[in-house]
Amino acid sequence: MWRKLHLYPGLLAAPLLIVLAVTGVILSLSPVLERSNAVIPADGQINVAQLAQNVVTQYPGVEEIKRTPSGAVIVYYIRDGSPGADLVNPETGESMGPYEPSVFFRWVQDLHRSFLLDDAGRVLAGVLAAMMVLMCISGAVMLARRAGGWLPLLRGFKGSGDGRVHSELARFAVIVLLLSALTGSYMSAMRFGLLPDPGNSEPSFPMEVSGGESSPVGSLEALKNTDFNNLQELVFPFPGDPRDVFSLSTRQGAGFIDQATGQFVEYKSASTGNQLVDWIVRLHTGEGLWWLGLLLGLAALTVPVLSVTGVRIWWSRRVSSGIRGNVSATDADAVILVGSENNATRGFAKDLHAQLSRAGRCVHSADMNELAEDYPKASLLFVLTSTYGDGAAPASANRFMERLRHFRKAGGLRFAVLGFGDRQFPRFCQFAKDVDVALSSHGLERLQSLACVDRKSPDQFSQWGSRIAEVTGLNLRLSHNPAPPSLFELELVDRADFGVKVKAPTSIFRFRPGVGKKSLVGRFGKKHGQLPEFEAGDLIGICAPENAKPRYYSLASSSADGLLEICVRRLPGGLCSGFLHSLQPGERIQGFIHPNPEFRPAPGSQPVILIGAGAGIGPLAGFIRKNDARHPMYLYWGGRNPESDFLYRPELGSYLEDQRLTGLSTAFSRTQEGGYVQDKINEDAPNVRRMIEMGAQILVCGGSNMAAEVREVINNILEPLKTDVEKLKQEGRYLEDVY
Amino acid sequence: MKKYLVVLGLAMALVFSASASAREVTFSTQLTDYRGDGAYLAMYLTDSNGVYQGTLWIAGQKSKYYKHLRGWARGSGMSRAEYDGLTGASITSGRTLKMTMNLDDSLIDNGYQIHVDTSVEDMRDNRSDVVVPLTTEGAGKPVSGRGYVKSFSYHF
Repeated sequence: MWRKLHLYPGLLAAPLLIVLAVTGVILSLSPVLERSNAVIPADGQINVAQLAQNVVTQYPGVEEIKRTPSGAVIVYYIRDGSPGADLVNPETGESMGPYEPSVFFRWVQDLHRSFLLDDAGRVLAGVLAAMMVLMCISGAVMLARRAGGWLPLLRGFKGSGDGRVHSELARFAVIVLLLSALTGSYMSAMRFGLLPDPGNSEPSFPMEVSGGESSPVGSLEALKNTDFNNLQELVFPFPGDPRDVFSLSTRQGAGFIDQATGQFVEYKSASTGNQLVDWIVRLHTGEGLWWLGLLLGLAALTVPVLSVTGVRIWWSRRVSSGIRGNVSATDADAVILVGSENNATRGFAKDLHAQLSRAGRCVHSADMNELAEDYPKASLLFVLTSTYGDGAAPASANRFMERLRHFRKAGGLRFAVLGFGDRQFPRFCQFAKDVDVALSSHGLERLQSLACVDRKSPDQFSQWGSRIAEVTGLNLRLSHNPAPPSLFELELVDRADFGVKVKAPTSIFRFRPGVGKKSLVGRFGKKHGQLPEFEAGDLIGICAPENAKPRYYSLASSSADGLLEICVRRLPGGLCSGFLHSLQPGERIQGFIHPNPEFRPAPGSQPVILIGAGAGIGPLAGFIRKNDARHPMYLYWGGRNPESDFLYRPELGSYLEDQRLTGLSTAFSRTQEGGYVQDKINEDAPNVRRMIEMGAQILVCGGSNMAAEVREVINNILEPLKTDVEKLKQEGRYLEDVY
Repeated sequence: MKKYLVVLGLAMALVFSASASAREVTFSTQLTDYRGDGAYLAMYLTDSNGVYQGTLWIAGQKSKYYKHLRGWARGSGMSRAEYDGLTGASITSGRTLKMTMNLDDSLIDNGYQIHVDTSVEDMRDNRSDVVVPLTTEGAGKPVSGRGYVKSFSYHF
């Protein structure tokens, strides 16, 4: 329900909301600009009588003095029969120049509150504000659910792409956007009588005045008692009309002052309702609260981005839903049930459906909530499900457990559950685990034990497919990739070769953007000859010619460096690494970026311990290169022989020199001294322990054997601290990029 | 530009006691291009001392803004009975309001003055934007206002 409340108003209103937001951003600057030009006396420095007297001296034909919420003083006067308005210094009453309200701001304001369409447009703007309230609330609820509660929401989200941008921006902006939307809705509702108007803040006109000789304005008692900073407006009596009065409004109230006695003839304090409305207007416009105005503007700035990413998320989900060639539940011999919150899982299910159909099975796909009472002909049951929030069922599976109780199992029906999730969350694939257990305790036989796919990894999905293919004997080749990569072309600039002598040929390749043909330009119009956005630690997917399956390599540079750098060891029989190692400068390859935002040093000044072996140094070297803040960074690295495979040797030397790298410790296994990187860490145990105590973060990159050894050593080091690698991982302080 | 035309025949029986002879008067008020929202306008009569006598017309529907028609508000006390049935739409910048009503003969050439107050949201209020005596001699002679009124005239 929340999703619909968020989606429909969003799709409907996105373009108009962008107009409201952009105009809002511009208007938010107005209070600051006004404030910066205003002279603001201290409280108690000037009273309204002094101000009025000064103004009258300068402007004998003054009609009205107005103080804007920002503190600017405007004097409306008649001189030689024609009207004028000046900005005035409140301390002297002297002119600071003519008051000319900006035509541009006025136009933007009209666009903002009525789309230049007067009352009809104001209704529309009001409706949009109400929709925005709805979207803020539904969006916040969805964010909190996704994070697994309101508190975890503070920690933020990982991930990449539109979804990440959308949720991160919303997380910061939602409160302020809600404030803008609520106050805007309120103002609109009041204008159109949907909410009670607190009514006139002014008292009714006095029927009787003293009618005596008018006194100099500077001597009027009621004005003397009013501080300048409380003034809103002072209207002078019509010249030569002894029965007329001064009308004074302040934030506290309004009244009429006898020109002769200087006393209030009528006075009315502002009601709570009036003050409330006053505050609501200020909270919406930032008038008199320039810092709030800026904050409102900043939040409004996110709206265009939220709109665009929101629509794109919706579109990509739409594309991935919908299944062709569905067999009925009673005829199917293979059943796929999908538990999905936002349709991401459906794409995988569709691929499985297609592959099973191709292998000759009659496949029925349905939501988990549509679990039938039995599947009379089925022998295979696949459940593909994500997990919602903190271990809950996703939308299309929230009644599954209930329905399972009425499910009649048939002999020979075997099941396999595949969970989809994100390892960053503590209860990774929890719902899939629950379903796996529930199916088993319902008496069904497992075809394959539970497997989980982390962050929609196409690789893990296809690996699961191979295991299913093995146990079923079906020819399945699952290859669903939820985000088809946008390829770009790279030209090899140079390569540095190492390790040939020690039989570990490893090269550092540097590429620059190739001037590609039109067909190679990214889907969203990336320009020719420009690298896409990436950071060291992200991955590049590269396909060897005539092989559709990409290999991923960690990037050792970021796009800001202008070059794309990878460090690759040639594996015996490796198709892709062999292909790369055959490249000569000037030759071209194609690749795509696979963001890997988790594998990054955390911001802050805590020490960072980098551990790697062989080509695993690539991203680590990239991190060091980017360490312009000179935070403490230590590198432990293992190679074979310093004469042959000491990767990045000159670079590391200069990093040490300019203190981007604090300490370097190397192990070379094929020297007399021998030893591996984990041995070096072990030797250095007290230091490492001390740094972890200080809050250090550890990043490991390299082969899986090395990673396991390093874990063991670190666990030993951690023992006295009553913690372990597992716990550090949960805190995000132990990251691995392992292959 | 197509002129904004409001033609009304309204007996002002409420304010001015009926007498044998009445005359049809057409008031024509053209606004300047002041670049703002629709203007509120009050047209009313005072005696020669400027003391409010009665309302002729209020342009603008929302009574909460009437206080900005300051001279009229002061004189009429903004009491509903003073303007009931004498209101219409606000006037867009640059347009002309034309209205016709029957006025008692005794009001003409008898020291009465026509006042026009104007006001525009977020812009200045003009008390007595126009003040002209209601005389046979003055009929058909346009005068300019000092606020948003570019030209005002009346015809018998």
